[in-house]
Amino acid sequence: MTNHWIDIINADVAMVMGSNIVENHPIASKWLTRAKERGAVIINCDPRYTRTSSFADIYCKFRSGTDIAFVNGIINYALENDFINKDYVLDYTNASFLISEKYSFNDGLFSGYNNDTRAYDKTNWAYELDGSGLPKKDLSLQHPRSVFQLMKKHFKRYDIDTVCIITGAPRDIYEKVCRTYTSTWAKNRVATWLYAMGTTQHTHGTQNIRSYSILQLLLGNVGLAGGGINALRGESNVQGSTDMGLLFHLLPGYLASPTKADQTLEDYKKNNTPKTNDPKSANWWGNYPKYITSLLKAFYGNNATPENDFGFNYLPKRSADYSHISLFETMYSGKIKGLFLFGQNPAVGGPNTNKERKALDKLEWMVAVDIFETDTSVFWKRPGVNPADNQTEVFLLPACSSIEKEGSVSNSGRWVQWRYKAVEPIGESRSDLWILDALHKAVKKEYAKDGIYREPILNLSWNYGNGDEIDFHKEPDVHFVAREINGGFVQNKEVMILKDLKSFKKGDQAPSFAALQDDGSTSCGSWIYCGSYPGHIPEKNNMARRKKKDAINNIGLYPEWAWCWPVNRRIIYNRAAVDLQGKPLDPKRWVIRWNENTQKWEGDVPDGPWPPNDKYPFIMKPDGHAWLFAPNLNDGPLPEHYEPLESPVDNYLSSQQVNPAIKLWYKVNPEGNPIGDATKYPIIGTTYRVSEHWQAGAMTRNIPWLAELVPDVFVELGYELANQKSIKNGDRVVVETARGSMDAYALVTRRFQPFHLNGKVVHEVGIIWHFGYSGLARGDSANLLTSHIGDANTMIPEYKAFLCDVNRKEGGAV
Amino acid sequence: MKISRRGFLGAAGTGTLGGVISLFGVPKSVKAAEIPEIKTVQTTESTTICPFCGVGCGLIVSAREGKVINIEGDPDHPINEGSLCSKGMALYQLAVNERRLNKVKYRAPGSPEWEEKSWDWALTEIAKRVKKTRDATFVAKEDGKIVNRTNGIACLGGAALDNEECYLYSKFARSLGVTYLEHQARI
Repeated sequence: MTNHWIDIINADVAMVMGSNIVENHPIASKWLTRAKERGAVIINCDPRYTRTSSFADIYCKFRSGTDIAFVNGIINYALENDFINKDYVLDYTNASFLISEKYSFNDGLFSGYNNDTRAYDKTNWAYELDGSGLPKKDLSLQHPRSVFQLMKKHFKRYDIDTVCIITGAPRDIYEKVCRTYTSTWAKNRVATWLYAMGTTQHTHGTQNIRSYSILQLLLGNVGLAGGGINALRGESNVQGSTDMGLLFHLLPGYLASPTKADQTLEDYKKNNTPKTNDPKSANWWGNYPKYITSLLKAFYGNNATPENDFGFNYLPKRSADYSHISLFETMYSGKIKGLFLFGQNPAVGGPNTNKERKALDKLEWMVAVDIFETDTSVFWKRPGVNPADNQTEVFLLPACSSIEKEGSVSNSGRWVQWRYKAVEPIGESRSDLWILDALHKAVKKEYAKDGIYREPILNLSWNYGNGDEIDFHKEPDVHFVAREINGGFVQNKEVMILKDLKSFKKGDQAPSFAALQDDGSTSCGSWIYCGSYPGHIPEKNNMARRKKKDAINNIGLYPEWAWCWPVNRRIIYNRAAVDLQGKPLDPKRWVIRWNENTQKWEGDVPDGPWPPNDKYPFIMKPDGHAWLFAPNLNDGPLPEHYEPLESPVDNYLSSQQVNPAIKLWYKVNPEGNPIGDATKYPIIGTTYRVSEHWQAGAMTRNIPWLAELVPDVFVELGYELANQKSIKNGDRVVVETARGSMDAYALVTRRFQPFHLNGKVVHEVGIIWHFGYSGLARGDSANLLTSHIGDANTMIPEYKAFLCDVNRKEGGAV
Repeated sequence: MKISRRGFLGAAGTGTLGGVISLFGVPKSVKAAEIPEIKTVQTTESTTICPFCGVGCGLIVSAREGKVINIEGDPDHPINEGSLCSKGMALYQLAVNERRLNKVKYRAPGSPEWEEKSWDWALTEIAKRVKKTRDATFVAKEDGKIVNRTNGIACLGGAALDNEECYLYSKFARSLGVTYLEHQARI
């Protein structure tokens, strides 16, 4: 989230699209209710009438997988009617920048496409630079190659009629959505955009979010209280796990994991550190060398020296895509022998689980760490499998629960909150911290004598206060780890922070990432967490703060409740919430303001301390401006509508049926990856969740109260389809796709209505995906139906739109 | 000053640490007949954050003699203000649940069942598997360039772990040379 949960109260209009907040983030919807009580209008756009829809002032249905057409239409409405915040667009976005003459767009393809590699040459979309290397601009926004004019041309194709033909949205309601949402172009009105996995789980998920962002920027809604682009994260610490780099392409703090092109630390710095010739651009990522060097010092301690390139080559280097789908495809091929699982249950949560479960069969060993038996950890005795035929060794290690240990978790609003240990771990269960500590020590012992390239293991800095030996009764000190993540000085150093020269002693904690260095004098485990624990005593643990006083602007920031990354800034991009003089665009719910007397900012922590207009507000971009036109994405600089991989209709807008830049796994690895078509599978399928269960169900399907509330899996379908298929509410039915089939109870409701698409009637059904064969509450997994196909940028699977058929199970009436 | 339970927690909570607070309740001698004893009397209370979704609601865990007796919403928490959803309300049954794992288990190749094992045994055996697989699948160079990568081991998970645990997991996995490192954020 650019903003945070409580901030929803500040919105005039709240759009919920790609999320069912009331069902899946129930307590957050408290703040939606408060906004509504203040007079805010709640809009919900969803293929199904959900609990959130029942909350909304305007509900507009649309077909799964057509978000881009839907939102591009709103963008077009804003551009055509001039409902844009012109000053904001001109000053803070790249609307006025000129794009290369090589840029073009024709019949669904941007220039630079290579049909063989299914990839674009992105240099075709670059800025046109002037003699000093700065992007050329046309502040009148009239130049035909200005981003603004290219956008007008691109989005013009998304008129209301076209959008309604593609999406199946009712015209009158869609127009009302356009009118209401774009009303926030006015400086005294603001809208927030709330989304979740309904947005990301598509072959064009990144471009879905791009369309939201472009609209929010045109309306001037980013950086303001009650505004922003807000991803509602679904797990208690999926924000923190991402912050700590548990992804193949990221190290902690969103630093890129090294690639084969990074043979030395210098290569890595050169390949990753953006440059600018513009003195007004803060270009914050220009600090990349400080953050990577400090990370290497945290990883390898005294063994990271200038002589050994700070241990840079101890880090593995990637030369391919190792994301979830690719990982399971490789496992299926037999090349992955061993698997560690810490609290993840891919036998239920992974796409195309038939294939992923078979991939697990190929493992030599699995180490599963969890608080319950999960479907994945007992994959060797799943239905239809004879354990005698499965040769995988499985180690199931008992983890303790969150109340039996101490540590921090980061919520969706980037608040890092501290949890305390209430009781001892039950039985022989241990914290994941203890388990990881013990695993490292056991592996290090194994490598003490010999082994291949032992240095990264033997030279790893690992001192968490519980000695060198594994001791069941000695937990690593979590405060040691938290302080390592915050970072500090490993030698005496004088550092210029702003205009002040500050002296630090060896062993001092760093006050903020502004103190970090690239010469090996500082260590920091995740630079964005620098400031979370800036001292040695627990009283300096900012994550544990519980003061409830609001900030001077009274907009619900609660700056002394816990701590928020980065630097306790509660609303990011907040320099865009003021004009060039530092005056709030919206004085009644201002975020920051420049005090002429003190020559300082007030309110939230600003996006950098510089006076107003000294620096552009979007400091993470090398040009300092928000990117309406994004030349770095794999599938185009502007969002374009393509159909999901499996769709019942042809692309109405171009001859490109699907996103041209996605990897087609069904062609690369055909085995286990069949794709269905609408003649056999005419119904759109999607997946969703219920409030009573959580994700892949490993926790909630083992909790008696919750198992009793929702004891079995169901497929929801509308009355018209149910009548056609002679299905009654409560019947046992079979849902089938090209990849698999599942049994479920039929839940017949009015919440799914058929879509009328250019004269064609199309039905959609939805299945809850929490279920599996293990636990108290059991049922077939919805992901038996889904496929190995991912987004062109993130590789997130397309769970939310596929083709299926639904029929009564023979003899299945209850 | 009348100190309600909430007020007491709030006052204690204004310090830097939420921490652990002992509650002794109303002495039995005072108006015992009129005031029913609250469930959380003579308990140790500590604050926690819900382990389910990403809202980050606060809860109070009450324990007596080392056992959890009650978990409820934290009224002082600015996001949830004491309220909880169905999952948060059920956190007690996550803590106190006979289905929880409390022993190390091992399943041998081809075996139809688990065996209980000790931590010592399991950690030693796992370390042997890690070394064998790592040494067999380690790729130092590819096309003449350093990659220092272990292709044969994959790591999944992390979204349910604390930040400090995620950080150590990240560090541990990379020390092994793992690049197949993924978790729930990808799916």
